[in-house]
Formats: sequence, structure tokens, C-alpha cells
Amino acid sequence: MSVPHAALALHGVTKEHPGSPPVVALRSVSLRIGDGEFVAIVGPSGSGKSTLLAIAGTLERPTVGSVHVAGTSTERLSDRALSGIRGSSIGFVFQQFFLLPTLTAAENVACGLLYRGLPPQARRRRAGEALDRVGLADRKTHRPGQLSGGECQRVAIARALVGDPAIILADEPTGSLDTGTGDDILALLAGLNAAGATIVVVTHNMDIAAAAKRTITLRDGKIISDSEART
Amino acid sequence: MKHERVIPSPGGRLPGSTLRGVSGGRPPGSTLRVADIVPLAALGVLSRPARAILSASGIALGIATMVCVLGISSSSRAQLIAQIDSLGTNLLTVTPGQSLTGVNLSLPRTAPAMVRRIGPVLAASAIGDVDASVYRNDRIPVANTDAITVYWADTSLMRTLQGHVAMGRFLTAATSRFPAVVLGADAASALGIDRADGTIQLWLGNHWFSVVGILDRLPLAPELDRTALIGPTVARHLLHAGGSPVQIYVRTNPAAIAAVQAVIPATADPAAPQDVSVADPADALIARADASAAFQGLFLGLGAVALLVGGIGIANVMVIAVLERRGEIGLRRALGASRQHIGLQFVAEAALLATSGGAGGAVIGGFATTVYAAQRHWSATVPVLVLLGAVGIALVVGVTAGLYPALRAARLAPAEALRII
Repeated sequence: MSVPHAALALHGVTKEHPGSPPVVALRSVSLRIGDGEFVAIVGPSGSGKSTLLAIAGTLERPTVGSVHVAGTSTERLSDRALSGIRGSSIGFVFQQFFLLPTLTAAENVACGLLYRGLPPQARRRRAGEALDRVGLADRKTHRPGQLSGGECQRVAIARALVGDPAIILADEPTGSLDTGTGDDILALLAGLNAAGATIVVVTHNMDIAAAAKRTITLRDGKIISDSEART
Repeated sequence: MKHERVIPSPGGRLPGSTLRGVSGGRPPGSTLRVADIVPLAALGVLSRPARAILSASGIALGIATMVCVLGISSSSRAQLIAQIDSLGTNLLTVTPGQSLTGVNLSLPRTAPAMVRRIGPVLAASAIGDVDASVYRNDRIPVANTDAITVYWADTSLMRTLQGHVAMGRFLTAATSRFPAVVLGADAASALGIDRADGTIQLWLGNHWFSVVGILDRLPLAPELDRTALIGPTVARHLLHAGGSPVQIYVRTNPAAIAAVQAVIPATADPAAPQDVSVADPADALIARADASAAFQGLFLGLGAVALLVGGIGIANVMVIAVLERRGEIGLRRALGASRQHIGLQFVAEAALLATSGGAGGAVIGGFATTVYAAQRHWSATVPVLVLLGAVGIALVVGVTAGLYPALRAARLAPAEALRII
């Protein structure tokens, strides 16, 4: 089923990890995230936040239920097509940054376009623009080892942005940073959202939750509250 | 809550872009440009240079061994062929066969003259048995023959063989009628003769013969190096030798070697052509050189073992790399890499490692061959096919070694690789 004007939509998503007994990480979760929203997903450890992010990001398939990214159903898609959706419609930001240490900031960002079939010049130009957007115009030729933690996370955010995705999924983006730097990253995410980006953040950080326009709270794999109305 | 001022997206759709949630149908599948595969593999290999050098060195060792073995044997063969070419490859030898009881037959006396009548034959010279031995003087015990054979020889023999006389002269129409002897290079050295001015005499068949010439070595007729050659006339009159040739050397027009070879038996001995054998001594020499190079199979085998060990080393390093780089694999999957792209990256890395090792080994092997050949005053010959083949073999080894690690990398679930669950 096509869901118009939703960056992300989950319908009745259940995720069961095999084992004895099987672990149910998500129980019949449905949610719809519209274009331009800034959503925080919060909840205690083991509540299913990260599983929700992995399924929303098509890194995992749900046991039951369907996921639509930018209006496209991801059910029955081949690995290549699903990878194509990740490459074109989803930007990921991780707590550990996952920058390649031998590459410069610009080259790391350009990696975000490697699987889009773009020629190297176009990737470099886009990477430069994305680094400008996150305020790292003067750090393009620096390697991760020469950057601070906050700058590394900005590079990672630029990499998530560079493909102009429908949605940015961030997993504890401030988890490895001190409070001040974490606030800067939060301000950057808020600024990007104000400029039109759709952002979903999984976090324990209540400041992020407070800054988000919408907060979804999970517990035991279920959504127990959703402040959809708040703006 | 502060908002950082952010420059809005510069816009412009990318291939497959579904801008901010607008339903745009099914996006195209993940795509990796062919031109990006080698830089991607190089990135992985160069991120750990010491490990790359160590793991490629096994392949380099194997390839260097193989190139060296093939290069040295090919240089040696090329040297021999060049030598034979300079002597002329248009020489044939005609010999009588053996009877069923193993007795050496002889050619008819008329055979040399008959062979000379074949159109493309430029020259033909015969040698024949003389039942005599040669000694330094008449005091030497009869048994001490020094394994020197005495033959009578046509005066045209040196012209036919394109051989050279080291000292003195070869037999002439005049000297072949008198007790004069020409010694092969080894025969002269065995007898301790180093002058050929006619003042030294040898005890040959109970007669004194003057040494009038000493030959250089004859690469196309090495059997003559340990002989004493006398004229046919003196052999017949003084030593009662028969006139039947035991061998005829035939120099032909190079374009008609095969044709001449085919007609010689019937021409030389029309009564029993089946008893005449015709050989190309150049072929025999090359075959002998090839046979002496048979040991190269052993060294090639050693090279192959080194290559196998090198391949296993690369597979091992790649398996470790997959474990170490789970995060990178997960990240690439998150950035849009398909399973095939991840697998391809690891196969390409293994192939690049092995091919670099192979190319390095080919250079080392080529260099070692050049040094070895230079020491022996040969011109080094390393066939381009050997070099290309070496790199090709390294590539195959690399791809094979990379298959299993690549499969493991491709099978890694992205969420598990990122450890975000």
C-alpha cells in the first residue's frame, strides 16, 4: 500500500529474534513520520528503540508488518533494491561515527554517494557542499584523527545528508560526546530540520527529546506514548 | 533551544533521489561504478600497508621463482638457438642404420656423390672408419687410446660444417695423400698437442703422421671434437681403410631442408633406403638442452607451492580483515552497498594484493634472470607471455583466495555488523 507524503511509515511491525524462547523486540508497532518532522524515539534500554531504527532503516526486515520509505513499500524487495533505497532515501548517523580513518573528511562524506553510480567529480562537489552545510568548510582535507569528536560527528552527519535522503536516522548521535559538543550537534540537527530535513533520533538524551517536535516513547517493544500533536 | 543556522540543501536531484518523502516510485537498485572498484580495493589494501606487503610477499616469492626458472631456461635456449643460427640450421647428417643383429651398416661409396646431385644440396662431405688408433708416440701402450677415434675425412668437410681451424690448416688435396693428421679440439688437448706446424708427429696405425691442423670445437658436430682426421687416400693406401662413409654431412638450401631430408635415403642408398637415417643436428642439440632443463619442473613446482602458500596467506589475512572491519561493512551496507558490492570489494582487495605481489615477483624474477644471464654473457630472454602469465596466475590465486572471505563479508547482516541491535 502506498502512503503519500510520508517519509517513513511502519504498519503492524513485529520483530522476533529467534532463540529459545524467542525474543520479541517489537510488538505490532505502527507509526507514520511525515516530511520535515523532527522525531525523538525514547525509552529504557531493551525497549526496542534500536531495533525500530534498524527496521525503519531497512537494515533488518520485520518478522511481521510492512515498512514504507518515501512512499515505497520495502516488502519483497531484493537485497540490491533495498540497498538502493538505503543509498538514495535514508541517511544514517551512528554513535560511533564510523568514519574511515585513512580518508579525509570530504572523502568520507563522498563515500555516502559511492553506491549511487555518480562519477567522482560529482561526489566530491556534493561532499564539499554537505561539509559547508554542517559548518566544516575549513576541515575538508582533515582526516578523522585530526578532528575533534564533535567535528567527526558533523562529518558523519554530512555523509548522511550528502545524498539528499528522504529521512535521516540517528542512533544516539550525542552518545559519544561531552555535553557541550552534544548540544552543538543537537543544534545542528535542529538547524537541518529547520532547513527542511526529516530527522528521527533514537536517544536516551532528554535534551534531544525535548528539542524534537515529536517524541515517541517505547517500552517492551510497544509505543506507549506519541506526542504527535506537539509542534 | 538554539538552532544552528544551516545552509539549505543546494538542491538538484541525484540519481534515485526521492526528495524528502515525496513518493517517487521504486528507486533504482544500488549501483557501484566499475571504475570505482579498483580505488575501493586499493583503499582497503593501503589502509594496512605493512600487512599488505607481508601477505603479498608470498605470492611475489612464488612468481619470482617461476619467472626466474622459465626466464633462465628460455635465455639458455635462446643462446643455443642463436649459436646454432650463426652456424646455419641447414645442416643434415646422414648415417647408416644398424642391421637387425645390431651390426653397424655402412653407406655405399657412391653416396656422397649421389647426395651432391640433389638440386638444393650446397655441399656434402663424408667421413669413414679407419681401423687404427692414435698415440702421442710409439712408446705408449696400445690400450691407451685416449678414446680418440680415427676417421678419414673429405677435404671439403670444414666448408660443409662451416667449422674453423684453430691452428694450422685442414686437409687439402695435397696433404690428404700423405701421412698428415688434423686433430679435433678435445683430441689435441688429450694428446697434449698445442702446435700444428707439421713438426709434431703422432703414432697412428703404426705409422708416423704429422699434425698439420687443430680444429676449433664444432658445435654442430661435437662427435668430431675427439677425433683424428686423415685424408681418404692415405687411409686407403697406408691403413687399408674401406671407402664406405659412416657419416655424410650435408649442407642444403635452407628453404628445402625438409624436401632434401625426404629424398636423401633413396639417393644415398637406392638399394636399401630404409637403412639410411637423416638427422638435423640442430634439433638434437636443442632437444638435449631441453632435456637438461628438465629439472626446471622441480623448481616450477616449488614456485607453485610458494604461490599456494601465498594464496592461503592472503585468504587468512582477508578473513581477519572481515572480522576487523565489521563496522565498515555495516556502514557500507547502510550507505547503500548491496551484498554483491561488499563481496566484490573483498575479492577485489584479495586480487589486488595478489596481483601486486605477482607484478613485484615478475619484476624480481626478470631482474634475477638478467643478472644470471649477464654473468654467463647471455642475452637475457624473459618471454612477455611468461610475465603476463605470471601476473594472470597471481590474479587467479588472489580471486580464489578472496572468495571465502568475500562470502563471509557479504553474508554479514548489516544491523549485526553495526551492532545497533
